[in-house]
Amino acid sequence: MIIDLPRFVSAERTYWDELHAVLAKLEAEPERRLPIEEIERLHYLYERCSSDLSRLDTFATEPRLRAFLESLVSRAYSVIHETRAPARIRWKSAVLAFPRAFRRHLAAFRLAAGVTLLGCAFGWFALHVDPRNKAILMPFPGLQAPPAERVAHEEGAKNDRLKGIKASFAAQLMTHNTQVTIMALALGVTFGAGTLILLFYNGVILGAVATDYIVAGQGVFLAGWLLPHGSIEIPAILLGGQAGFILAGALIGWGDRTPRVARLRAVAADLVAIVSGAAVLLVWAGAVEAFVSQYHQPVIPYSLKIAFGLCELAALSFFLGWVGRE
Amino acid sequence: MSDRRATSLTIETPEGVEFSFDLASPVTRSLAWMVDAAAILVLTKGTGKACEWLGRLNQDWATAISVILYFAISVGYGIVLEWRWHGQTIGKRVMGLRVVDAQGLRLQLSQVILRNLLRLVDMLPMVYLVGGVACFCSRNCQRLGDLAAGTIVARERSPYAPDLEQMAPAKYNSLLAYPHLAARLRSLASPESVSIAVEAVSRRDGYEPLARVELFQELAAYFQSLVEFPEAARESLTGEQYVRSVLRVIYGGGRG
Repeated sequence: MIIDLPRFVSAERTYWDELHAVLAKLEAEPERRLPIEEIERLHYLYERCSSDLSRLDTFATEPRLRAFLESLVSRAYSVIHETRAPARIRWKSAVLAFPRAFRRHLAAFRLAAGVTLLGCAFGWFALHVDPRNKAILMPFPGLQAPPAERVAHEEGAKNDRLKGIKASFAAQLMTHNTQVTIMALALGVTFGAGTLILLFYNGVILGAVATDYIVAGQGVFLAGWLLPHGSIEIPAILLGGQAGFILAGALIGWGDRTPRVARLRAVAADLVAIVSGAAVLLVWAGAVEAFVSQYHQPVIPYSLKIAFGLCELAALSFFLGWVGRE
Repeated sequence: MSDRRATSLTIETPEGVEFSFDLASPVTRSLAWMVDAAAILVLTKGTGKACEWLGRLNQDWATAISVILYFAISVGYGIVLEWRWHGQTIGKRVMGLRVVDAQGLRLQLSQVILRNLLRLVDMLPMVYLVGGVACFCSRNCQRLGDLAAGTIVARERSPYAPDLEQMAPAKYNSLLAYPHLAARLRSLASPESVSIAVEAVSRRDGYEPLARVELFQELAAYFQSLVEFPEAARESLTGEQYVRSVLRVIYGGGRG
């Protein structure tokens, strides 16, 4: 079919301009609810432009006009065929989305916790077999000294060693741990292998540190030092691992016959809710680590620090396990 | 690998209409990223300077704010701009690119966040090596973040209808005096050749005079090879006038 293009354009342009104006309005306000007459009109304009595009297909000698119509049809298609609700940032629903997403994917969290515990067991075993492995397993200068020596030094300290750097120390902890958590999620794209290695490595360090202090008889110091921030920080990193395993599960799709794109689409909002929640937890954990965890008896009694850490853990468990249940 | 790669992604609607997105090449995306990297650098330098000033009041808190802002800008730059500007950052605007949903649907906030968080892996081990390799290997030029979020990066299309009057004004056209030859020309001219002619006409004022004459002579010779109009229709027409007359014939404008 050969069409008279100028006549075609002049006849249809009014409809194209009208559709363009409606779409521009909807794109500017995605939450806007249209009355039924406007929806019907939008659908009519979409079908009319689609039909114009089809007519042009048979006489596709004007690429710019075709590109223009394709742009209009694709924009209208994204508005008309989208079934997901437009993103509404409501604080209440954003807060509730986090524990709900956590509970929907509990198996992935258990896997993250299991891998970390396995790493802890490996850390314990490696240090138990040969204590000289400490230098390899814990390559941090602050942890190289014998635990008893560190405890005596820090308990007997007369000056505040973090004076004047507490806020910047907290900021570094927050950003570093958030980066680790995002990395645990992002490495899920390696079909979970990267997430698994990251969590196992974290577990090895944790297990080795715990073994070192417990064997040296410094279990109370260890609990007082780690629990105030660790009761939030460690679960937050596990949540990052959970997100990584969810992503890996959607990529692999064991026993799931839905297409990969649909599987990934189904978990995207949950991944974002979990990682955002974990990031907020890490801001708290960073502040606690800099302002509370580094101060020991007699400045802050161990019993108080341990009780504080246990309360945080109980509150977090309650929040993740019960808040927002339907 | 390269023969698997597509230059466009075609989507068929339930109404049976097809539309396509022109996929951005890895090179164009790299250029957009360079612009974005420069924008991030300027932003972080700017906040760094502001924090230096704050440091006169309290150095510890100034450093803390600076560390947090640096992190927030590097992670949040892409998220905030792609969400607010419907899939575009400064770099993508400059290069005429846009992030769109791979199924042609509305881009969701969760997709924007996910593709930007997964940048951490795409950037490994340096300068987007993982993302670049993924882009080259993937059919739709998607980095790992795009694959996980179900997005593609497409070339921006003009939201304005082309001005046909500008390209092929409705004036007297000697070729239309031969309607059977004009109809034959319409049926033989390929979309590609017409597309080249349209581009040439719309950019004609930007060419060097000699190059302009040569280009239109070549195009005129090509269209003459498709359908030979009588000498009376072609005489006194320059190559450029002949090509514009051909476009008038194809678009149906003008008077015979």
